[in-house]
Formats: sequence, C-alpha cells, structure tokens
Amino acid sequence: MAEMRRVTAIRNGTVIDHIPAGHALQVIQMLHIDMTRSTPVSLVMNVPSDKLGRKDVLKIEDRELNQEQLDRLALIAPAASIAIIRNHALAEKLRVELADDMVNVARCSFSNCITKNAREPLPQRLSVISQDPLEVRCYYCGRGQDLEEVINNII
Amino acid sequence: MGDVVTMDDLTNDEIISILDSAERLLPVAKGDCLLPVLEGKVLANMFFENSTRTRMSFETAMKRLGGSVLNFSSVGTSVAKGETLYDTMKMIEGYADVAAIRHPRQGAAQYSADAVEIPILNAGDGAGNHPTQTLLDLFTIRQAHGSLEGLNVVLVGDLRYGRTVHSLSHALIRFGASLTLISPSTLRMPEEIVSDLRAHGAGINETDSLSDQIADADVIYMTRIQKERFPDEDEYAKVAGIYKLSVSDLAGAKEGMAVMHPLPRVDEIDPSVDSTDHARYFQQAFNGVPTRMALLCRSLGVDVPKKVK
Repeated sequence: MAEMRRVTAIRNGTVIDHIPAGHALQVIQMLHIDMTRSTPVSLVMNVPSDKLGRKDVLKIEDRELNQEQLDRLALIAPAASIAIIRNHALAEKLRVELADDMVNVARCSFSNCITKNAREPLPQRLSVISQDPLEVRCYYCGRGQDLEEVINNII
Repeated sequence: MGDVVTMDDLTNDEIISILDSAERLLPVAKGDCLLPVLEGKVLANMFFENSTRTRMSFETAMKRLGGSVLNFSSVGTSVAKGETLYDTMKMIEGYADVAAIRHPRQGAAQYSADAVEIPILNAGDGAGNHPTQTLLDLFTIRQAHGSLEGLNVVLVGDLRYGRTVHSLSHALIRFGASLTLISPSTLRMPEEIVSDLRAHGAGINETDSLSDQIADADVIYMTRIQKERFPDEDEYAKVAGIYKLSVSDLAGAKEGMAVMHPLPRVDEIDPSVDSTDHARYFQQAFNGVPTRMALLCRSLGVDVPKKVK
C-alpha cells in the first residue's frame, strides 16, 4: 500500500471508512459511542481519498456495530463502507442503507413541532422523501429539514 | 383506519365518495329529517386552540346523526397542569369512539393518530393542515360548478400561515385545477408546498395583484391576514387590508364565479358582496355540517344510506 498507515490495524472491532471529511466526530455522536469508556477509538480526518477527495476514517476497537446502528449514519455518511474485524482479519463487510423512516436519529428542527415538548413519549421520526437530491421531512409536522439542521439535532 | 390527518389520507375516489355522501345528508344537516345512524357513538372535540365554526359544526354533525359529543378545552384541565398530548389522548380514547383535534402545534394530529387506536380527524394543527375544511371547500366548489375538474382557482391573502389554503391547494391540483396564488411577498406559499404542487404538474401562477385575475377566475378564495401570526405590529400594518373585494371589483367576473372565505373575515370582503350570487362563504360555513357528517360516518365505519329521507 503506497499510502502510509496513519493508525495501526485493529485486532477486533469496527472500521468505518469513507466518512465525508470533517464528519467523524458527528459519526461518533450518532453511534452513541461513550468516549469515557476504555474502548480505544482511532480517528483519522481529512486524508486523501480517490472516491471522496478527502475523507475521515474511524476505528472502534472491541465493538461490533450492527446494521441498525450503522443505518443511523446514512444521512451524513451515505457512502461509508464498514468492515467488521475479528482477530486481525476482515470478517464482514457492511454498507449503510438510508431507511424511508428514520426513528430517533435526529429531532425535528421546527420550533412549533409537537415533538418539541421533550416529555412527549413517542419517538422522533424523520421521513426520507427522496434520496437524490436528499429531501427529509419531519414525519409529524411535515417541515423540511436540511442536512445541517439534521446534524445539529442528532440524538 | 379512519384517520384523516392530511388530504393524502384520502384518495380522489374517497374524496368524491365523501362529497356524494355529504350531498345525500343535506336534508339531515338542515334538520329536515332524522337519521340517527351514529346513535350511541361519542365524538371527542379536542380543541387545544380556539375555534368557532369547526368545533360547532363537528358538534352539530355528530348530534344530527344521533351521536353525542364531549367538548374538551385545554383551559382549566389537566393540560394546564402539564399533561402531555400523549396522555390526554390516551385518556380520551377510553371515553370516545372518534376524536377531532385542533392544536396550536404542528404535527399534533399525526402524533395523536399514532398514540391512539380511535380515528383522529385533524381540525387544524398550527400552520399545518386542515383537511376537514378542505372537504367542505371542495363541496362548496362542486356545488357552484358541478365538478372539481379543470377550474381556475385564485387563492388570496395569507398563503404562508394559512393552513386552509395549504390543504386546499394540495387537493385542488389532484383534480386538475390551475392555481393562481396572490399574496404579499412576505406571505407567500411555503417553498415545500409550491414544489410539491409543481411536482404534481400543476399550473401555478404566483403574483401580488388581485385586480387583473378576477375576470378569469372560477373561484376566488379570500383569506384573512392573521394578525396573531405576526411577530411585530409594524410588519402586520404593512400588509393589513392589502386585498379587499367589493361589489364594484366583481363587474368583470364570470357569471358563476364563486367568492369563498374560510371566515372569520375582517375587511377582505366588503359586505356589499354578500347579496350577490358570487357570495358563497356563508353557505360554505354551513357545508361544514354535511361534510363532517359524511366524514364521521366514514371514520366510524357506518355507511350513509343511498337514499336519505
């Protein structure tokens, strides 16, 4: 490999590659990775990529993320490729899929939405109206949400 | 399920079927004959925000069909003590067979529909949707023109916050209407609605002048500029009273052109229009009764008899 390895290979865990440059910290937030725990997490940001120009890469040791957790990333990292590593070997390759209905991924940004009352118990839901161009609306109030708003309202 | 949260919950055939049922129910709505098909059923009128026509016409509709009504108001109830909408609706589910809900927050009707099993009828959620108003508007337009197809409908006034015009415009384009949207630039129809309408292939013309649109109109739908939606008085003063229709403006109008208004009006329609054949707004307010009767029957799974007498 021509490119110098910036962080060491992991023995067991999950590697998330092809995250759009600058978004790795939001990915950590979306995956609810508890940074106060002892699991090592390696972060590579703004490295050159043939596919994306520049990209971020995340390596989470000793934790295998499942498809449901990964699909939460579909809005901000639709092109992410995921490798589950067991005993230094690639055990599984996964991709994120954008669901039509995103449950408890992000809050609606509209100040007058019924879900703004934090005590209301039903889940936050965003509907994906179209994937390309990306169009997301609150399932309840119907208000359109741009990507920045979704990122600012990640749960 | 019999929920009606937005007009998307009804197909064109279902809309026509509701309007046809409403037509047959007219004598019952007027009190000329008795049809107690909803006897023993209870409607909960859940009004978290003020309403005159919508609440009263729901109540009349239910009572004319032999049903009874629970009237809820958020003032002085557990809502004032901080109860969630979820809990309030769960409670009412045990007391009623169907609920009409009006709420200041957008999305409240969909939220309620997800919370409970009984059918939810959206009677207005914030600046969102007001589908039962749309049904009575469509009924009124059909009375005036015999059909809904291919009409030129002019919507005037507050198109930004006016939930009645949001629901109505969605429905009209499904029946092939062309729309002319007239508003001051600050009160234009929201982007996502205009883009939805265009995506349906609707012919849409946006302008800020009413006078040159009157001659070609089949329907002129006036709305009130809603003072309560403006953050400050100066902004409101700039656009208040901007569109007024008086009898002299209607000189060049088509013969069957219908002037409509969801009411209450302030000064959008001069009382001089009331006595012309164009004026349909009081009939429109009455039409809330037969259309809501038809909708209540649908939600409760009761067929409206083919012959009502």
